[in-house]
Amino acid sequence: MKKQKTTGREEKPWVRRLLIGISVVFFLIMLVFPLVEVLYRSLKDGLALYVEAITAKNTLSALRVTLIATVTAVAVNTFFGLCAAWLLTKFEFKGKQVLSALIDIPFSISPVIAGLAYIMTFGRMGWATPAIDWLNEVLGTDISLVFSVPGVVLATIFVTFPFVSRELIPVLQAQGSSEEEAAAMMGAKGFTIWRRVTFPHIRWALLYGIILCAARAIGEFGAVYAVSKARGKTFTLPLEIDALYMAGSADSITQAFAVSSLLVLLAVVMLILKQIVEHRGKREQ
Amino acid sequence: MKSKRSVIPGFGLTMGITVAMLSIFILIPLASVLGYSFRLSPAEFWELITRPNVIQAFATSIGCAFAAALINCVFGLLLAWVLVRYDFPGKRLMDGMIELPFALPTAVAGITLSRMYSDQGVLGRFLERFGIQASYTKLGIIIALVFVGIPFVVRALQPVLEKLPESFEEASMMLGAGRFYTFRRVILPELMPALLTGFGLALARGIGEYGSVIYISGNSQKEGTQVVSYIIMQKLNSGSVDYEGAAAIALVLLLISFLLLLVINLIQIAAGRRTRQ
Amino acid sequence: MKMKFAVKNSCLSLCRKVNRRLGAGMLRGGAGMKRVGALAMAAMLLVGGAAGCGSTESQGDSDTITITNVSYDPTREFYEAYNSMFAEYYKEQTQKNVEVVQSHGGSGSQARSVLEGNDADVVTLALAHDITILEEAGMIEPGWMDELESNSSPYTSTIVFLVRKGNEKGIEDWDDLIEPGVEVITPDPKSSGGACWNFLAAWYYAQQQYGGDETKMKEFVKALYENVLVMDSGARGSTTTFVENGQGDVLIAWENEALLTLEEYPDEYEMVTPSVSIKAEPSVAIVDENADRNGTQEVAKAYLEYLYSDEAQQLIGEHYYRPCNEEILQGFSDMFDLNVDLCTIDDFGGWDQAYEDFFTDGAIFDEIYGG
Repeated sequence: MKKQKTTGREEKPWVRRLLIGISVVFFLIMLVFPLVEVLYRSLKDGLALYVEAITAKNTLSALRVTLIATVTAVAVNTFFGLCAAWLLTKFEFKGKQVLSALIDIPFSISPVIAGLAYIMTFGRMGWATPAIDWLNEVLGTDISLVFSVPGVVLATIFVTFPFVSRELIPVLQAQGSSEEEAAAMMGAKGFTIWRRVTFPHIRWALLYGIILCAARAIGEFGAVYAVSKARGKTFTLPLEIDALYMAGSADSITQAFAVSSLLVLLAVVMLILKQIVEHRGKREQ
Repeated sequence: MKSKRSVIPGFGLTMGITVAMLSIFILIPLASVLGYSFRLSPAEFWELITRPNVIQAFATSIGCAFAAALINCVFGLLLAWVLVRYDFPGKRLMDGMIELPFALPTAVAGITLSRMYSDQGVLGRFLERFGIQASYTKLGIIIALVFVGIPFVVRALQPVLEKLPESFEEASMMLGAGRFYTFRRVILPELMPALLTGFGLALARGIGEYGSVIYISGNSQKEGTQVVSYIIMQKLNSGSVDYEGAAAIALVLLLISFLLLLVINLIQIAAGRRTRQ
Repeated sequence: MKMKFAVKNSCLSLCRKVNRRLGAGMLRGGAGMKRVGALAMAAMLLVGGAAGCGSTESQGDSDTITITNVSYDPTREFYEAYNSMFAEYYKEQTQKNVEVVQSHGGSGSQARSVLEGNDADVVTLALAHDITILEEAGMIEPGWMDELESNSSPYTSTIVFLVRKGNEKGIEDWDDLIEPGVEVITPDPKSSGGACWNFLAAWYYAQQQYGGDETKMKEFVKALYENVLVMDSGARGSTTTFVENGQGDVLIAWENEALLTLEEYPDEYEMVTPSVSIKAEPSVAIVDENADRNGTQEVAKAYLEYLYSDEAQQLIGEHYYRPCNEEILQGFSDMFDLNVDLCTIDDFGGWDQAYEDFFTDGAIFDEIYGG
């Protein structure tokens, strides 16, 4: 739609080519080469080993834990992101900047510390452990919040916490809040305003955020590593990859790359999904 | 400034949810870590964080993260621009693969990069011809951080760039401004908040990064390639399991990151205000 | 006046726009919502399915006892083989099924995870010091070292050199490592327990060489560590750097790691055993606090004791660790150089002392390597 215009939004052809050229080179070196290396190394010892690696019991178990953690983290963080973005862009209040920076903390926290944080709270020496034990006793359950699947889920939520809100805030900010104000003055209710007025603007940003969040959740290593130690029980795919890689034999290193390629495949599937949704959305407009 | 009472509903509700979730998932667990650092006396704390290797690690982490974030801003802007504005074969693929660094586990990325950029690897051999050593130097750290940080910048810019009204540029062109001038004076200021967000996120991520860095950095105290996260792990995994020391360094790291993000947020808000006027 | 009018006008258009959206014409947003909803639904189903098939798969027998063995990196292959051997033995003895969950990682971080709540019934770590941490926290009863034979070390190893085929730099002993131009790969003793053995072995050599002249000994290890090209955070990382990334001339490694590398990459490397080295003693113990709570004391005890049986000792040798059983060890004499002069940790006054002297902040390692 933009392309047909001759309004001078277009650069001269050589500028365009140069820019595309530089981007493509950067893209190839920084992103494609490592991927090719992963794929090459996963397949260099033949397909049989590859299939064996991705159908191993430990891999399937890790896939399951990864999916559970990712979906939970995306759900929690999307809910949070929508609330936080609304709060931070539609209202002025004291301490807004501080709150905004606090939300970004997980970005800047070394994943190592993120895992440790839950351990210090819910682990053997954590101050909240007696309370959890008491709850378990009352409810007759046996849920542990560290070194268990719930622990993995918590750690994943931590590291991906601000992803959705961070994508939404710039868009909402650029949008301003005059439309919402107008809608509110016309007497529309909160949720209606959000759904009818705000949502159409942030749809794509929201999807970007969700996809980013999911991709990051799938790949998280450091934080999850701190709270997940049992292979085949609480391991996620990245941990399984690390375990295979660290097993040290030439075969297992190849298998580690095979499982990595599975992870990359998961990411690619998601990205294709995004492209389809996006394409449809653009056509509608 | 707007009045505190906005006509838009939902202030109380979203405030409640935001603060509650932030506290439960982030702040309370973090507070328990930081509680440990207060078990040190101020003198011990100061002595620990002013040790030469700790200071050096902070310098390395911040310096390399800053360099990487700058590089990411340049290339991230370029990539976002090219992806939003131009059509060329393979564009869809390129767009889809920007998030790859997120999806690739940091450890795998680190191992792969360290191999590729070592003097035995594809790119390392190429660089060696120019006498540049990448793996096991600060350059290696920067490369790893550029890798993990690039999606932050591209994905922060893309939505804003897509929503940029055509009328802006058209008006500028009609007023006789050149293309580059238009970009610098009209488009760039519009992109500034998003660019700063991306910069801040890439920087903050870089300062705390562990998995992708430790394999490529070589962790040499002599060469100054130990990063802060590495020092923290050293404290935790060494025979003495020094939680207090680890927490103290983590606290300083956190404060620095937090301040950086705060400053960036302030600039961003100021920039947003300026462009809205 | 004009200005005011313009503002009013734009307000009106905004209102019209919003009104349109709020009205029935809101197809776009509605459709988008539906799509997002459908996506979320699909994702939920996917996970539900995955979780479902996963859980039926992992459901074990109700009369199966599960114990967790928290170990360190290079024992992975050995315990994989040993666990099935033990399960068979235990079934024969007691008619009960036993499943062993394995956990591997750097020895120090593994010990820490147990301290933090990783529910280990037994620990099998790289050095006694890591188990002492758990003892000090009250999780393991004092005296664990005397509970099993040979200081609770059913297998030992030693520190050797791994060089590239042809040994171009002619590395034969520790003093060859300080020659200029020799690139050494060894992990950081401050972050890897296993790497402490490497340092102590070098120190022992210097002690022999310089008859206890501490200045000269420090100079020796300083020169050695100045030749270190890449200092990884753990032993496995160092092996990767040396083998996969092709860095350095010599890797200071555990003997079992070196032998494993020789097997995995035949004709690419050579193992050099120095004249003196250290007897690396990985230790095993029951984590009493967890075992008592899980009711697994008995099976945990059987698990560790069975390590000393003849068949397990044989298996240990096959996985390149030195069996503690002398007789079985002799059977592997063509694999291990049994004539090396080995010191033990006791020569350094035990782990606590050694740690204090060498590896705490500001101790000898910092002195020779840091500022």
